[in-house]
Amino acid sequence: MKSFEYTITDPVGIHARPAGLLVKEIKGYSGSTVTLTKGDKSVNALKLMAIMQMGIKQGDTVSVSVEGGDEEAVAAAIEAFFKANL
Amino acid sequence: MISIQGKGVSTGVAAGPLYFYQRAKSTIRRYEVADREAEWERFKAAQAKAIDQLGVLAEKARAEAGDEAALLFETHQMMAEDMDYEEAIEGFIKESGLNAEAAVTDAGAIQADAFAAMDDDYFKARAADVKDISGRIVGILCGVVQGGIDSDVPVVLAADDLAPSETVQLDKSKILGFITSGGSGSSHTAILARTMGIPAIIGVGDQLKSEYEGREVIVDGGTGSVVIDADEETRERLMKKRAELIKRQELLNQLKGQPNVSKDGHEVRIYCNIGNPEDVHAVLENDGGGIGLFRSEFLYLNCDDYPTEDYQFEAYKKVLSDMGGKEVVIRTLDIGADKMIEYFQLPKEENPALGNRALRICLNRPEIFRTQLRALYRASAYGKLSIMFPMVASVWEVKEAKKMCESVKAELTAEGIPFSDDVDVGIMIETPAAAVISDRLAKVVDFFSIGTNDLTQYTLACDRQNNDLGRFFNAHHPAVLRLIKLVAENAHKEGIWCGICGELGADLELTETFLSIGIDELSVSPRSVLPLRQKVRETEVAAVKEKLIDDLMSDMNTL
Repeated sequence: MKSFEYTITDPVGIHARPAGLLVKEIKGYSGSTVTLTKGDKSVNALKLMAIMQMGIKQGDTVSVSVEGGDEEAVAAAIEAFFKANL
Repeated sequence: MISIQGKGVSTGVAAGPLYFYQRAKSTIRRYEVADREAEWERFKAAQAKAIDQLGVLAEKARAEAGDEAALLFETHQMMAEDMDYEEAIEGFIKESGLNAEAAVTDAGAIQADAFAAMDDDYFKARAADVKDISGRIVGILCGVVQGGIDSDVPVVLAADDLAPSETVQLDKSKILGFITSGGSGSSHTAILARTMGIPAIIGVGDQLKSEYEGREVIVDGGTGSVVIDADEETRERLMKKRAELIKRQELLNQLKGQPNVSKDGHEVRIYCNIGNPEDVHAVLENDGGGIGLFRSEFLYLNCDDYPTEDYQFEAYKKVLSDMGGKEVVIRTLDIGADKMIEYFQLPKEENPALGNRALRICLNRPEIFRTQLRALYRASAYGKLSIMFPMVASVWEVKEAKKMCESVKAELTAEGIPFSDDVDVGIMIETPAAAVISDRLAKVVDFFSIGTNDLTQYTLACDRQNNDLGRFFNAHHPAVLRLIKLVAENAHKEGIWCGICGELGADLELTETFLSIGIDELSVSPRSVLPLRQKVRETEVAAVKEKLIDDLMSDMNTL
């Protein structure tokens, strides 16, 4: 398993639009299971509404873990996505 | 006449017959299905069709209101195939044998409840999205055609709340405005009404009764008022407002995005004066090029004690980020004289206009000034900030204030707190002293902004609050205009810009004079931006230049 932590800088947090973009991105890595964790809540990062219901705001730190597939590369790509969009 | 008060969420005034939205009502039957696999397939087909329909709506919204509006429906497409949602439906159908309509309704309710239970208003409002999507799929399953407006004439549309797909499917040529009993400022009715420029009033609750259907209603989206069967006077007043708004809208359509350039190529920046962070909306709506005067007093006036650094920081940051990189000139604390604040415990003065006010208070009480400067520099990381000091009479005051800026920057650096190193520091020119020594002041600042109200009052020794002095208080007085001209010349000699942020900036009688003097920026109330732009674009500076200045500077009638 490969994981990283990220602090959200987008002023609106992970609202509908960025959550949609995130799910779209994760869908591209079908060989891996990606989990998004905030505090004691974890969700599969393919679940759009569950991600929105975490109510992630600017300044919140989330952790993202990747299992299966090319973990290194997938985690790096997702981290780049977070930096660019969230 | 019946008056109802709601919350205006999209400006404009409209009048027409009241019409209640006819929603295609589909009563959901619940039953156990015989063939669960076939029922699941029936759901999958309806889901696919819903996603197709949403795609069509996205394109329609894109054409009508741009990419942002389209994204809403694209997100809905993804929500329609959300894993948890779909799994719940699958469970209801395959495990419980529930029919697809009931399964979709129940799964939608679970998700909607989860959103409705969230703390954040934005996410709360998303419950409506889930219901909308479920309603669409159920509608397809039941073979329902989406409802519309069955009226020959345009109407003011009333509803409990409109789902986004309902709003976008409506025939816009039939709608003059919206009234909803529920809803919030971030509901889709509000967002789309704003994007499409239709007035909308929400939250009227049960005050709007169905028996009013068909009666004449006037809605004012600016004030949130709904008037049914208005009396003559109210009607006249609202219709006049409507005409003004329409005129402004026409001006906007014609002038939005156009440069403020005179016929012969003289350009001037038109910025806005604002008093609190919410005013940014009006600045952007009126196409202001930036903020030329953000009065920071509201922060102090809204508090019972000195506002903290963090509190100020959040307010400045909001304005800077909402302005998206456009210049924002924030004026440091300007109280005293006519603006008194109790907790400052300033002793009563004989002559408050000449007393302990504005920058003088800041220099006398550096701890207050330091808090504000720290908040300002911290916020500078989020946009294009300029800082402006009010009520300057001497060079040493500016030097002392700038020294404080330097020490605040050094503190922030030592603490590792980010700030922009591109913050311009300027001053207001509102005392005759500052105008007369503007050649010296220009060497120590990055810009001037002339406060014409105070400059007039001090130059003419004439109290602007005294009603008996009306005819003596003449902002067009040649003494004032000569000072403005002098200040602009001295600014340009040192290569800095000179603006006007007093009321005179919006005075269309003087626009030609200001352009010929070479004023670089006019900061006016947001409403004045477009009329001023229009005036600038009609002006030919060269034609009026010499003559105008001469006349205005020496007119025996005004002198």
